[in-house]
Amino acid sequence: MSGPRPEVAPGPAKTGRRKIGPAATIVGVLLTLTTTHRPATDLGHLLIKHPDRAHSFDVPVGTAHVFYPEADEQSCTAALLLEVDPLRLAGGRKRGRGDSPATPETFTLGRYVNDRPYAASSLLASALAKVFRSALRGESRERAELAATPIPLEVRVPVLRCRGGAEVAVRVFGPLGWTVEATAIPLDEAYPEWGDSRYVDLRLTGVQRVADALNHLYVLLPVLDDAKHYWVAPDEVEKLLRAGAGWLAGHPERGLITRRYLAHRRALAGQALARLAEQRLTDEPVSAEIVDDGTDETVPRRPSLAGRRREAVLAALAESGASRVLDLGCGSGALLAALAGDRRYAEIVGTDVSSHALTLAARRLRLDRLPERQRDRIRLWQSALTYRDDRLRGYDAAVLMEVIEHLDPPRLPALEDVVFGHARPGTVVVTTPNVEYNVRYEGLPAGRFRHADHRFEWTRAEFTGWAERVAAGYGYRVRFAGVGDEDPAVGSPTQLAVLTLDGPDPGHRDPQDPPRKEERQ
Amino acid sequence: MTTLDLPELALVALVGVSGSGKSTFARRHFLPTQVLSSDAFRAMVADDENDQSASADAFDALHYVAGKRLHAGRLTVVDATNLQPHARAGLVRVAREHDVLPVAIVLEVPEALAWARTEARADRTLGRQVLARMQRDLRRTYGQLAREGFRKVHVLRGPEEIEAAEIRYERLYNDRRELTGPFDIIGDVHGCRAELESLLVRLGWRLHRDERDRPVDATHPAGRTAVFVGDLVDRGPDSPGVLRLVMGMVAAGHAICVPGNHEQKLLRRLRGRDVRLTHGLAETMAQLEAEPPEFVSEVATFVDGLVSHFVLDGGRLVVAHAGLKEEYQGRASGRVRAFALFGETTGETDEYGLPVRYPWARDYRGSATVVYGHTPTPEPEWINNTICIDTGCVFGGRLTALRYPERELVSVAAEREWYAPARPLTAAPARPDQVLELGDVTGRRHIEHGYGSLTVPAENAAAALEVMSRFAVDPRWLTWLPPTMAPCSTSRQEGFLEHPAEAFADYRAAGVERVVCEEKHMGSRAVVLVCRDPDGGPFGPGGGVVHTRTGRPFFGEPLDTELLDRVRRAVGAAGLWDELGTDWLLLDTELLPWSAKAGGLIREQYAAVGAAGRTALPAVREALDRAAGRGLPVGELRDRMARRHDEISAYRAAYRAYVRPTEGLRGVTLAPFAVLAGSGASYADRDHGWHLDLADRLCAADPEFFTPTRRRVVDLADEAALAAATDWWLALTAAGGEGMVVKPYAGPAARSERGSLLQPGIKCRGREYLRIIYGPGYDEPEQLTLLRQRSLGRKRGLALREHGLGLAALDGLAGGVPLWRRHGLVFAILACESEPVDPRL
Repeated sequence: MSGPRPEVAPGPAKTGRRKIGPAATIVGVLLTLTTTHRPATDLGHLLIKHPDRAHSFDVPVGTAHVFYPEADEQSCTAALLLEVDPLRLAGGRKRGRGDSPATPETFTLGRYVNDRPYAASSLLASALAKVFRSALRGESRERAELAATPIPLEVRVPVLRCRGGAEVAVRVFGPLGWTVEATAIPLDEAYPEWGDSRYVDLRLTGVQRVADALNHLYVLLPVLDDAKHYWVAPDEVEKLLRAGAGWLAGHPERGLITRRYLAHRRALAGQALARLAEQRLTDEPVSAEIVDDGTDETVPRRPSLAGRRREAVLAALAESGASRVLDLGCGSGALLAALAGDRRYAEIVGTDVSSHALTLAARRLRLDRLPERQRDRIRLWQSALTYRDDRLRGYDAAVLMEVIEHLDPPRLPALEDVVFGHARPGTVVVTTPNVEYNVRYEGLPAGRFRHADHRFEWTRAEFTGWAERVAAGYGYRVRFAGVGDEDPAVGSPTQLAVLTLDGPDPGHRDPQDPPRKEERQ
Repeated sequence: MTTLDLPELALVALVGVSGSGKSTFARRHFLPTQVLSSDAFRAMVADDENDQSASADAFDALHYVAGKRLHAGRLTVVDATNLQPHARAGLVRVAREHDVLPVAIVLEVPEALAWARTEARADRTLGRQVLARMQRDLRRTYGQLAREGFRKVHVLRGPEEIEAAEIRYERLYNDRRELTGPFDIIGDVHGCRAELESLLVRLGWRLHRDERDRPVDATHPAGRTAVFVGDLVDRGPDSPGVLRLVMGMVAAGHAICVPGNHEQKLLRRLRGRDVRLTHGLAETMAQLEAEPPEFVSEVATFVDGLVSHFVLDGGRLVVAHAGLKEEYQGRASGRVRAFALFGETTGETDEYGLPVRYPWARDYRGSATVVYGHTPTPEPEWINNTICIDTGCVFGGRLTALRYPERELVSVAAEREWYAPARPLTAAPARPDQVLELGDVTGRRHIEHGYGSLTVPAENAAAALEVMSRFAVDPRWLTWLPPTMAPCSTSRQEGFLEHPAEAFADYRAAGVERVVCEEKHMGSRAVVLVCRDPDGGPFGPGGGVVHTRTGRPFFGEPLDTELLDRVRRAVGAAGLWDELGTDWLLLDTELLPWSAKAGGLIREQYAAVGAAGRTALPAVREALDRAAGRGLPVGELRDRMARRHDEISAYRAAYRAYVRPTEGLRGVTLAPFAVLAGSGASYADRDHGWHLDLADRLCAADPEFFTPTRRRVVDLADEAALAAATDWWLALTAAGGEGMVVKPYAGPAARSERGSLLQPGIKCRGREYLRIIYGPGYDEPEQLTLLRQRSLGRKRGLALREHGLGLAALDGLAGGVPLWRRHGLVFAILACESEPVDPRL
């Protein structure tokens, strides 16, 4: 299995300068670096780019220009302008060596009309690394001493994509000794009600070594952007640690920086954080440092509600005596993994409407590596709960864990027919959020659902009413339970119902399993 | 000369020793593809056609292929010695599994001749003693074939007879595809002669009576044919009278009749079998007592000659007493007959002691309409293109007829309850055909429809399944999806990627003479299905639906209902319900402004790009100005950046043209441009003048809510008109319009001279609008050169495929085809949309 396709194939770095025709490029991403150190023109030595010349470099997504809008004794400004070729960015045109298998057919509109040509911070960072390679390492043949000396600097990025708002820019640059001025840019001044865009006009002032400033920018511009333009490969860990040498380990936001830089790849981020912790040689627990920047999905507290829900569902299944079970809407297979580890389940079927989810589930269960006998117990099928599926008939039990709320209410009768009328398992375990509990979630605005795809969230009375009506209509008995800490006023965060097929149904029950008391209640 | 009669569909086993000339015979009389030779299969599985050790596998494969052929209804000939009983038993089994007749043709030649032929073949190594054994086997075979189940056995003796034999195909008795009707199909009569007479009269038949005033024949002035679904007799007051009339009509060629289980039982009784006189047979026997014995024997002959079911009207109609599943239609076997007469039972009995019938119609997916009786029901209902028209006349219900092809039900009430039912007549569960099955939509599917055929790849179906089940409206309401639309051929005119000249040329090349140029509204496509009754129409509860081009609810509630109310009022005010004689209408519209639905997209995608560009470029220019002031050679770069600045400004103007403030439905308008369907009718064959006229009337009824579509009708031969239309387009797009859609004036279902479907519309988008599609600077000459390499073939093919499916879906909607079939077509449109196509086209 390969990971998501890179937005831009990194490709071999091209060397040498290339004359770029005006048409191949579109627009520029700008960064300026100013010093008032005297003589200010020494900046040219530090960057190893002559102030009286205009420099151009070929980079994978276009051309990088370096020029000096001012260069005198008092003040010297170097400008890095990245001219992005949107076609090369999209990878749609042949790039010489045929390293771009993509055709225009595989792109979405967003890949053509997008802001990368104007605000591509991660592109800017990689251009920076290429154009100022020596300066990043603090090397300067002519001014070695000055390269090691902090000098007054001002950095300006007029358009910087900044996820989480200007405040995040302050959080990441501030602790490094920069004075941060980040001004939000409105989306469209003709429509003030639209509010601010995701861009800020960033100005940093401080006294820093040029190499440090460049390394800060190299790491933090993509962190603020939070949308890397290339696939994050494991060697990014090395790149991060190298560029962050000397400042990242002690940075209070290193968790955020690491996770975002490594594009939320948990395994990589964990690896990097562990190594950072070694560098610091402190006793602080690493995991406690992973603070959330407020825009990611809520990190559940231990034991997580998802975990407790899974335990409750497993308990209900075990109690039913089922051995052949369906996980309807299995998603990426968290429950399946638990079922697979329990020998009492002879046949485990996970269904989901999303074939992508099934791919993830297969990966999680390591289906391709299981021994045949294990493998044969587990099946993953694409199926939709609004279509009758003969394959689902004749099972002992089915689980609908956090599934029904993803269906538009008018489609629920179809699900009822498909599950309770057609598939007709002996036991059905249903869980769904209890909307009354939502008031206990800080940060969840009133009236908002817990998940963007939830079509409804029910009160306890609504869920009970639904389950009782379904049970009566299809000949099931039903009992209810709460999952998670019960709040005296609003109940538990998750509600659970177990529906059991009425009447003698020996085919669905282990004969040695005594009748269960709660069913008679 | 010997003539061999073969059923058109049969499994033919050639029987004969090695060297008897089976392969030669097969070659002469059958197509190579009809002949399955054991030698060929041995070669296939073992690389050697004489490898006897491979025989088991070879026959396995042969039976498998034979099964596939028979399943598809193709005559199959097995060229093997077939001298062993077990070998023949395998063939009989395959034939029975597919309900076709097994036939044997035995070729007999003198052993000496067979040996000479065998020896002459270099590749045959078989010994003389083997041949002798074969001869012995053959002799034993003659007596066994019929017992083994071969329904016909032909024996050809000697090379001359084999040489001279000819094959003549005979149709199965049930194959009456040449009869095209029109038909009046009449439900279970059960001796209710008076009601039958009334029904025939109501259907327009003239009754002909004998000297005792008894009806003995009937004719229809329009030449219709009556079809009786069986159960003419038992329970009712005058079974002999019904038989007399029906037998007369059948004899005169005015009617055809299939047997019911009651006729079957009557025949057994008349043949002297021990049959219990229950379920009304006693009444029939008593009534027949009064008839002369000649009549009774005529009845026996008549019933004996009835064929289990009929396939009529070119295969489009099947009539059987208890219905017939697809696999059994046009087949002949004991179980086919049993199904046709008795239906399929589950083996259980209900609380009244009657057998529980398996609801085969619920699973029916065949293309033929099946009309049947057998199970009394209060109200005939279409289920998956099948209908039961037994409305329990003898139990005091009604006698019902179905007019075909009109699909109109006509019935007369019973004069009284003639016989008490064993169980009360209960309604079938409401609308059981709304149940959809996964198999109806998933997997790789080949779809044939009235406008062509296509194959939906499994992965596209998988993608569509997710969209359909997670986001789309209820399939009952999702009647149609708009096809994607191809742009005109790429223009070479300076500065243009798309230009009207190309759109006109495209249609002229397809032989179209007249087109309509419609203003292309820049909003969001909205398909509106609105019912006259706000509380429910034929699609289920609810007054209609508004959905997007991928079938999602448009705004969600309560706005969608509000929008529907508004449309419903306008349709009423314009008088369209009565004028079109419909209770619902399906409208194709664009909802304006774009920002009403796509506000998020505009802000996230377009405005964000604009904000970044607008802020970045002045800073870039300022830096370059200062560098240039220092004498650095950045003039070219500076000019380029200045142009980028102009482009981003134009880009912002382009998207802003489609932004208007709205609140709820305030500020929202609907621009209808096609009225696709109404009760019993697809309007796809109406010209665009008709469609736009109706749209105008909606605008007139509610000018605040509806936006008219500006248009021009252009004769493609009229150069002046073309020039005027081009100017009109230039003006329209210069004023911020998206562009126009050029359509064949003849209407959505327009076809080319050669009879193939035309692109229903070709879009021609304005220069400024294209900035938000291709990027702010797309019209830089070099960019344009690259973009002109775009290829339209895929997009056009997709547009046509989706269009054909859409037209078929509209026809199905009008013709009342079952939901699974309609849904399959709409689903396929959605699946086509997951085809990878450049989204900018």
